[in-house]
Amino acid sequence: MTKVSREPLIFEISSAGKTAFKLPALDVPEKKDLLAGVPLRTDIENFPEVSEPEIARHFTRLSQTNYCVDIGIYPLGSCTMKYNPKINEKIASLPGLTQTHPLAPEELVQGNLELMKMLEKLLLEITGLEAITLQPAAGAHGELTGMMLIRAYHQAQGNPRKYVLIPDSAHGTNPSSAHICGYTVKEIKSNERGTVSVEDLTRLMDEDVAALMLTNPNTLGVFESDICQIADIVHSRGGFLYMDGANLNALAGITRPGDLKVDVMHLNLHKTFSTPHGGGGPGAGPVAVKKILEPFLPVPVIEEKNGVYHLNYNRPQSIGRVRSFYGQFLVAVKALAYILNLGPAGLKEMAETAVLNSNYLRKNLEGLYELKYDTPTLHECVFSDKYQKDYGVTNLDISKRLLDYGLHPPTMSFPLIVHGALMIEPTETESRRDLDLFIEAMKAIAREAKENPELLRTAPHITYVRRLDEVLAARNPVLRWEK
Amino acid sequence: MYPENLYYSQDHEWLKVEGEEVVLGITDFAQKQLGDIIYVDLPAAGKSVEAHQTIATVESVKSVSDVYSPVAGEVVQVNQALVQTPEIVNRDPHGQGWILRLKIKDKSELSKLMKAADYEQFLEGQEH
Repeated sequence: MTKVSREPLIFEISSAGKTAFKLPALDVPEKKDLLAGVPLRTDIENFPEVSEPEIARHFTRLSQTNYCVDIGIYPLGSCTMKYNPKINEKIASLPGLTQTHPLAPEELVQGNLELMKMLEKLLLEITGLEAITLQPAAGAHGELTGMMLIRAYHQAQGNPRKYVLIPDSAHGTNPSSAHICGYTVKEIKSNERGTVSVEDLTRLMDEDVAALMLTNPNTLGVFESDICQIADIVHSRGGFLYMDGANLNALAGITRPGDLKVDVMHLNLHKTFSTPHGGGGPGAGPVAVKKILEPFLPVPVIEEKNGVYHLNYNRPQSIGRVRSFYGQFLVAVKALAYILNLGPAGLKEMAETAVLNSNYLRKNLEGLYELKYDTPTLHECVFSDKYQKDYGVTNLDISKRLLDYGLHPPTMSFPLIVHGALMIEPTETESRRDLDLFIEAMKAIAREAKENPELLRTAPHITYVRRLDEVLAARNPVLRWEK
Repeated sequence: MYPENLYYSQDHEWLKVEGEEVVLGITDFAQKQLGDIIYVDLPAAGKSVEAHQTIATVESVKSVSDVYSPVAGEVVQVNQALVQTPEIVNRDPHGQGWILRLKIKDKSELSKLMKAADYEQFLEGQEH
């Protein structure tokens, strides 16, 4: 690999008077003062002026420096960055779907509604739950919607309750969602296996607790095997068990959260069901619930009678709208295409392969990197930089060095219960060859940490830009280009 | 390493008693774990807090972490210098990098905290 030379900013290649387009001559009488009284910006300072070839080359060169899931492994733990099958995009770009107007009358969008209903039914089958909304626009939005349903239920009983319990290994969005929903968060400590401490839960659970938010498998990749007992403890005090479905990739087709006594959960279509995320989104975070929470679901709810689909807005106990129109419709279509394409056996194989790939990686790197918890893991595993610390090398240095090997680094410094964490989730879409490439790079880096730690501390060496000053950028961000 | 005149909590805060008031900050261990601190979210003076409740938030390049008050009390002053230069917490966690000053409600709560030697021993179980 050779070092890529730095592409100038578009402002830096600008020169006055250049243009990439030409408007046709005005062939109607000119009208003045059409925008009289409207505040208009008079001039845009330093607006770049470039020719068409310059602009095409500039952005093409920039795009060539990009790393994406079409190039290689993207092992961001807890993000499930799997490959996004092209067939999904093809289906979702059918003109009949892309050109539907969101305000078109129901009788003209029966096909669209049918697709949404189909996806709802499939997701309910996968989760083992009883009612669902497709509306939330992302995972955290789904969390908030789920918490609002729980609050609405408790409120309807006369007391919204005060607290939500969340394990110390949870995604940061869990406490945020509970807080935004008006709850105070109490943290549950993990035990030596890295799972929820049943004693701690029993001590904290009372009639003031609205819900427990649990991720299963958790962010260490460990299956919360006490989940049924945990659910019983929460239910015995009238609380709800919320499951963060971020890691459903490890369970789909194998076991169903509804059978594990979960009351409400969100699903990340952009993780488990292969729709794009990160910069390529948007995401979608449907929320599935037990019957008891159905009356509170957001409006509109899709109903079917004799093969005719109808959007029902008349639901007195509903928490109302959580999203304009009907959620991320085309994302739902892509997820549906994915599920139908795999079928039940394929979905099961997806989860099995995700777990197999992760364990193959774990076995090959064990001993070279520390595993703080040696509990068996499913779809992801969390190493730390403990062994490398002896040579003055941190998880940041290891991650930066991976860039030199042309690979995307894993999630870093999360979950918070593992210091110097490197959280690796390969997903099922990586071949044995791709996994081996990653393993070989990690092995080489472990060697380099011993023999030449300076090489890691100054990495990356051959990327488009070298190590950036994150601290300076966070403390004094420069958000506009200036001459 | 850890000053003898401070009290320490298991969540890595320190307290310094000055009459009816205590000065609160985070320990050297905490600042090292967090890495470069880029923002400290300070409470308003007059805010009252129960023991073990969040009283401030510290943001580093790695994470956002709550600062818990080990004792109940009322905020009388916050360290305004941290607004512009939060890095003082990294540079001098037990001195200039103090976070706030509390009027303490019940001095007997201090007895539940650790002295320097106990805290150092406690850290040995934490270091990795």
